[in-house]
Amino acid sequence: MRVSKFKDAEHLVRLAVVCAIVLVVFLLVRAHFIPKSFGEYGHYRGNALAELSSKPISYAGHQACEDCHADVLEVKKTGKHAGVNCEACHGPLAKHAEDPGSVVPQLPDTAVLCARCHEANIAKPKWFPQVVSKEHSGGEVCKSCHVPHSPLQQPGDKKS
Amino acid sequence: MITRRKLLMLLPAAAFAWKYVLAGTPEISPNYNRSEHWWGMLLDIDKCIGCGNCVRGCATENKVPDGYFRTWVERYHVSDWHQETPQVDSPNGGKDGFPPSTAVDGKNFFVPKMCNHCVDSPCTQVCPVGATFDSPDGVVLVDSSYCVGCRYCIQACPYGCRFLHPTTHTAEKCSLCYHRITKGLTTACCENCPTGARQLANLKNPADPIHEFLKTHSVQVLKPYLATGAKAYYHDLDGSVR
Repeated sequence: MRVSKFKDAEHLVRLAVVCAIVLVVFLLVRAHFIPKSFGEYGHYRGNALAELSSKPISYAGHQACEDCHADVLEVKKTGKHAGVNCEACHGPLAKHAEDPGSVVPQLPDTAVLCARCHEANIAKPKWFPQVVSKEHSGGEVCKSCHVPHSPLQQPGDKKS
Repeated sequence: MITRRKLLMLLPAAAFAWKYVLAGTPEISPNYNRSEHWWGMLLDIDKCIGCGNCVRGCATENKVPDGYFRTWVERYHVSDWHQETPQVDSPNGGKDGFPPSTAVDGKNFFVPKMCNHCVDSPCTQVCPVGATFDSPDGVVLVDSSYCVGCRYCIQACPYGCRFLHPTTHTAEKCSLCYHRITKGLTTACCENCPTGARQLANLKNPADPIHEFLKTHSVQVLKPYLATGAKAYYHDLDGSVR
């Protein structure tokens, strides 16, 4: 029995159409799921860089503090704490730097704060000034004898 | 009237256009040129006092959940002839400081740890979806919206610097405060370090003090035999540190 050539060709066309549809659906799904910026710089979403760098900050940075508190900087820069940044003791204050009126920083408790760094520990480097606070001050707050911004000065000294 | 033929021809074009509709416009940090930076960190063991300021600062800045750490501090005790078996403790990552040492002899010191921002980072190589990547300015970052939480990178990091965020279930790590360094600020850990034991370094800037430091001091990276290209440079690092 002879099979018509025309019918064979029609089968092939149908198969091709089905393949084309599958291909188009695949391309559509792929286009939908791959973000536009993927591959912009490498095998990752390029927009992620901008998103990561646009996150908000908590610590304003010492430059922001020094812009307004130049008087404190004057005291600090002559003393042993010249290299200690403001927020290392005063905590994260980006909100205060943004709007100084609405967010007022709390004064840290020097009895706790100073001991964090200066409590004696054998693992601390030998050059670092350390005290056993019980023997050194007997629970007295450090700022009764030391100016925190320049610890070798005593309260009441000039420029303190 | 739209025919089947016309519809089929339109679909690929529509798909192409839709791709652009879906993607947002990227925000670019003003005044920051990625090609001018290649970030690293200098960690000076001789200056670390184990105060935990860096750990607390990092946790606040990056909203790191309790019990997880993007950076942490370890305390080493190496007795005279046990160089290969140091005793290490890190209570709560050093976040609350360290209790007095029980050791009275041997060598005792603190080691701040963090992501080494490796040039050939093992964690990036294993990520199956491209959620972890090396940025053009040398920072290993995680795109948490793309991370599937497979934990492969956590196992791949030889320095143990990664964790799975308990609520988002995506991989987390030190981003070298990418949101700060691209704004001209230093990282939260460096900002909070009272002794300058941590210093952010732009290796592409010839005027950066790191270059003078690297030339004139003995500097080491962690696990150099793994050839990860670590960019956390340790000064005065003891051979017992792992």
